[in-house]
Amino acid sequence: MNEITSTIQVVPLEYYIFLSVTLFSIGVLGMLLRRNAIIAFMSIELMLNAVNLLMVAFSAFRGDAKGQVFVFFIMVVAAAEVAIGLAILTMIHHNRGSVDINALNKLKW
Amino acid sequence: MNLALLIPVLPLIGFVINGLFGKNISKSTVGLIGSGTILGAFICTAIVFINFVNNGSVATEVKAFDWLVIGDTTLSFSFYVDQLSLIMMSLVTGVGFLIHLYSIGYMHDDENYSRFFAYLNLFVFFMLLLVMADNYLVLFTGWEGVGFCSYLLIGFWYKTPEYNDAAKKAFIMNRIGDLGFILGLFLMFSEFGSLQFTEVFSDASQYSEGNPAILGITILLFIGATGKSAQLPLFTWLPDAMAGPTPVSALIHAATMVTAGIYLIVRSHILFDLAPETMCIIAWVGAITALVAATIAVVQNDIKKVLAYSTVSQLGLIFVALGVGAYTSAMFHLLTHAFFKALLFLGAGSVIHAMSGEQDIRKMGGLKKVLPITHITFVIGCLAISGIPFFSGFFSKDEMLAHVYNDSVPLWIIASGTSALTAFYMFRLYFLTFSNGFRGTEHQKHHLHESPSTMTTPLMVLAVLAAFGGGLGLPMELIGIEHAHFLENFLPGLEDANFDLSHETEIFLMLGAVALAVGSWLFAKKIYKENQTIPSDNVTGIQKLFAGKYFLDEIYEKAIIRPFQLLGNALYIFIEERLIDPVVNAFGTLSIKKGNFVKQLQQGNTGFYIFGIVAGVVLILVANYLIWFR
Repeated sequence: MNEITSTIQVVPLEYYIFLSVTLFSIGVLGMLLRRNAIIAFMSIELMLNAVNLLMVAFSAFRGDAKGQVFVFFIMVVAAAEVAIGLAILTMIHHNRGSVDINALNKLKW
Repeated sequence: MNLALLIPVLPLIGFVINGLFGKNISKSTVGLIGSGTILGAFICTAIVFINFVNNGSVATEVKAFDWLVIGDTTLSFSFYVDQLSLIMMSLVTGVGFLIHLYSIGYMHDDENYSRFFAYLNLFVFFMLLLVMADNYLVLFTGWEGVGFCSYLLIGFWYKTPEYNDAAKKAFIMNRIGDLGFILGLFLMFSEFGSLQFTEVFSDASQYSEGNPAILGITILLFIGATGKSAQLPLFTWLPDAMAGPTPVSALIHAATMVTAGIYLIVRSHILFDLAPETMCIIAWVGAITALVAATIAVVQNDIKKVLAYSTVSQLGLIFVALGVGAYTSAMFHLLTHAFFKALLFLGAGSVIHAMSGEQDIRKMGGLKKVLPITHITFVIGCLAISGIPFFSGFFSKDEMLAHVYNDSVPLWIIASGTSALTAFYMFRLYFLTFSNGFRGTEHQKHHLHESPSTMTTPLMVLAVLAAFGGGLGLPMELIGIEHAHFLENFLPGLEDANFDLSHETEIFLMLGAVALAVGSWLFAKKIYKENQTIPSDNVTGIQKLFAGKYFLDEIYEKAIIRPFQLLGNALYIFIEERLIDPVVNAFGTLSIKKGNFVKQLQQGNTGFYIFGIVAGVVLILVANYLIWFR
């Protein structure tokens, strides 16, 4: 365990932060710019994992296991969310023949 | 488990069984459960009574459970077994049982037979709580409970709107009194820090006479008593309460519930002794009530209304006795009154039963032959209430009158006048009902019959009690035997300390009272038996005032109810419709208008929503930075 931690600490903390900020920004831009619902979905996963990466990095550098525990929880929730999300997407495709988010405009005043 | 705890629980069990399963079990079982539980309670009371006397008459507290624990203050749900509560318990369960037994016959054809017995049992339960309580809060619980049961039973025949109105009137009038009672309890708690009888009374002994706090508490408690015991200005509900079935009138509105106010004052007599002003008010309110009610009773033609006003009048006399500090005499008359008034009401019920529901005494007459048992017992009741020598009412009433004379002659004059009127209207009732020829319809005449044995047995038992109940307080001192007054010996600390009449004066007063009673009797006989006068609807002069019940209902209607209705209408028009409604509506309209504007954002464009989320998060982050990290 200590070996892994020290291996992680070889790379400076700033690199991890830059990496996860980059990943998160890619996720946000993907959400904003792409209209395919599956791509949007993947972007959400990207954002989630950017946060996860940040958490394990801080956890390793601070020598505190709480961050890692938290990441496990997020992964479990994300897995469940993916299952439901993909099910919803298949139903949308089944009903409307498209997964374009601009086609999902029926719910309005 | 103490046997005393079982006493109130038994009627409660009866209430639960009859209330929940009454529809599914036969009428005879319902009657058996209803009366049996009360008989059980009576037997338990008798055993507790005997044990109490054998163990040297020491007042004991019987704790059921801790009710409310607030900080350092614990209010326990517990009972107080002493001489006073034992007498009241015996009265409630004993007379209660006789009336339950009577109800088996009287209510036999009623479709809501089980509901009636359930209510009656519930009433006995609450009445037992009231008289057995060892603190004012439990007493108040019973007090409210009996008021509620009274409401249920007055409106028992709920299909007649007037009966419902009478029930509501009784409930509302009682609420007015109860407000006084509960304010008195608040004041008491802030003054003594407790509602426990023993603690309050031992603390009160440190107060001097005429203390303003004690004065306030006693006056507020007395207001409570005027409501429950039907005294001026709150007595108008009791005559209307006669809408209920006759056993209810006998049990609740003659023998037990209306004596709760008297019990309350006797129970709290240590406080009342410290407030001479309150005592004076009690005596005068009682005297005026007694006279007003007696004069109204003289011109009433409804058999139950006469008895109702008579009850108000007798309760007034008891309040006069309380006001002059003659607590023992008041308790004595409370007991004898319970016996003969329950007897008279049940007798009236038997008459009404025979007359197929007719209550107007002008349409009766000549019932002597067809209702022999009812007739004999009714005569005994009349003799007892009129104070004819050697019947129970004679001893109790004369004892009260002697104590009143000792304290104040004007009060004595009013009380004696009331007694004379009592004898007159009771014999007027008797002669109109039982003498001369029958004045009803042929159909009623054909139907006339003596009541079944479940109804006549209680009548006979009560007649014996009404005749010989005076034995509880024979004035043996007048014939030279000291300390032989049973009640006075039994009730410690309640004797009238100021009483110092000589025996000659007492005997003289007694002879005067007897002369008045017999004179009134003969006067009533002359008018209603020999001259065969039938009261007509056309009354003249002062009788108009009496027949109109001093127009109290009309005065209350004009002076209190109408102004309140006008105030209510004014508030409705000016505050509700012109102030509250527009403000509330303005908020509604505003929400709709602004909502119509904002809803344009909801176009269904998912991309725009996502942009909104991201822009919002960025905005928050930027604002956060600007506020905290600049």
